[in-house]
Amino acid sequence: MFLVDYLKDITGAIKSLLTGMRRTGYYFTHHKEIITQQYPDNRDTLKLPERFRGEVVMSHNESNEHRCTGCTACELACPNGTIKVVTKFDISPEGKKKKAVDKFIYHLELCTMCNLCIEACPTDAIRMAQSFEHSVYDRAELTKVLNKPGSKIEEGVE
Amino acid sequence: MWSLSKISGLIDHWLNGKLGSGWASVAEMVIVGLCVIGLFAILGLVLVLMERKVSAWMQIRLGPNRVGPKGLLQSLADTLKLLVKEGLTPDGADKFLFNLAPFVAMIAAMLLMAPIAFAKDFQIWDVNIGVLYITAISSISVIGILMAGWSSNNKYSLLGAMRSGAQIVSYELSAGLSILSIVVLTGSLKVSDIIAAQQNGWWIFKGHVPALIAFVIFIIAATAETNRAPFDLAEAESELTAGFHTEYSGMKFALFFLAEYVNVFIVCAIGATLFLGGWMPFHIGSWEGFNHIMDYIPSSIWFFGKTFFLIFLIMWFRWTFPRLRIDQLLNLEWKYLLPIGMVNIILVTIVAIKGWHF
Repeated sequence: MFLVDYLKDITGAIKSLLTGMRRTGYYFTHHKEIITQQYPDNRDTLKLPERFRGEVVMSHNESNEHRCTGCTACELACPNGTIKVVTKFDISPEGKKKKAVDKFIYHLELCTMCNLCIEACPTDAIRMAQSFEHSVYDRAELTKVLNKPGSKIEEGVE
Repeated sequence: MWSLSKISGLIDHWLNGKLGSGWASVAEMVIVGLCVIGLFAILGLVLVLMERKVSAWMQIRLGPNRVGPKGLLQSLADTLKLLVKEGLTPDGADKFLFNLAPFVAMIAAMLLMAPIAFAKDFQIWDVNIGVLYITAISSISVIGILMAGWSSNNKYSLLGAMRSGAQIVSYELSAGLSILSIVVLTGSLKVSDIIAAQQNGWWIFKGHVPALIAFVIFIIAATAETNRAPFDLAEAESELTAGFHTEYSGMKFALFFLAEYVNVFIVCAIGATLFLGGWMPFHIGSWEGFNHIMDYIPSSIWFFGKTFFLIFLIMWFRWTFPRLRIDQLLNLEWKYLLPIGMVNIILVTIVAIKGWHF
């Protein structure tokens, strides 16, 4: 009985080793599988994975409208104080006061791209962009205001 | 037709005519020494580049492709960098042993070149106990490693060296047994006899299953003896930084690096000689036409082709398998390879006595 187990051990080992070698052998002979991006050379044709997190941006539509209600859920979700939402009160035509975003301040230099703000946002106002070439000469340039000047909230977003 | 043996014969003839036999042999020794050193340098460059390319392609990467056309000059640039780096000796080190160790490792590799037949009738020293010489000298390489580990005055180095010692001492056994099975089949320790016995077929085919088992054991043991992954416990980057050569830098480190690759080449050359027929072309029984075509390929190309095939196999292992733990390593040797090797040698002996090989 012991001998049977012993031989089973050996054949099992050889089989699993061959499985691994077949995989690497496949990669060795199939160069089209190579995933290396030769970055500065292929800058124009660079294709990043869909879920790549470069920076937080706020989407605006053609008529310069965003979906941010100024609820500050993102500010609360942020673990290191990257986001600061400055709110104001809009007066609607009916004379009602309504909370709205004045300035959505985003500190790129503090951001760790953890995605928590995007998950916290109830209206999908912010998203992760794919841009990643963030180097600048002055640190102050990394503090961004995400809502475009003159933009207002989209109709129907509560 | 030109061949390496003809060239060496012409040089021998010319030197004997010019210098007389005494000085001619001295000059020949110098030439052989230079050739071996030259071969080392070329092997270092080629094998390092080959390893980096093979590893890259197996890991779905591109590998070096910037220096020179398609990255071919990468290892040359690395060598240049290593040459101009400072060869540091740590304060608490045993200076003499520390500086001697890389050369011991190198010389052990160099000595192993002697009985290897690189082409037809092209061999440095066809000693009649060639296989014994190979197994004896290959155990010396551990001394260089132990020396380096001990003299570095560093716990990681010492640990790496001790592991290497345990590993080489145990794997020597199964390597020896698998080499012995070919000696049993051939009935001679002389390298040229072993190659000549494979005229009508290589031992790996002629010796049936036992020879195949011996070959597999030999390849595993050879990988372990050269301290390469999955048996690279002596270096084990993730545990011991760099093991026995942690404290080495510059050219002294490069010598260890070179010795590793040369050792890989040598064990693969030995494997090719014993199991794959050395420089012997691939012949199939009575297919006269086919055999004739195979004879047209020069013997040196056959030898280097087989050797590089085995080197590729060992690289393939390295970039596929994870590193073993030290207890797993010794388990594999003492509980699996050695008993199998012992049973196998009995089988080989039966095959040899009954003449069942063809």
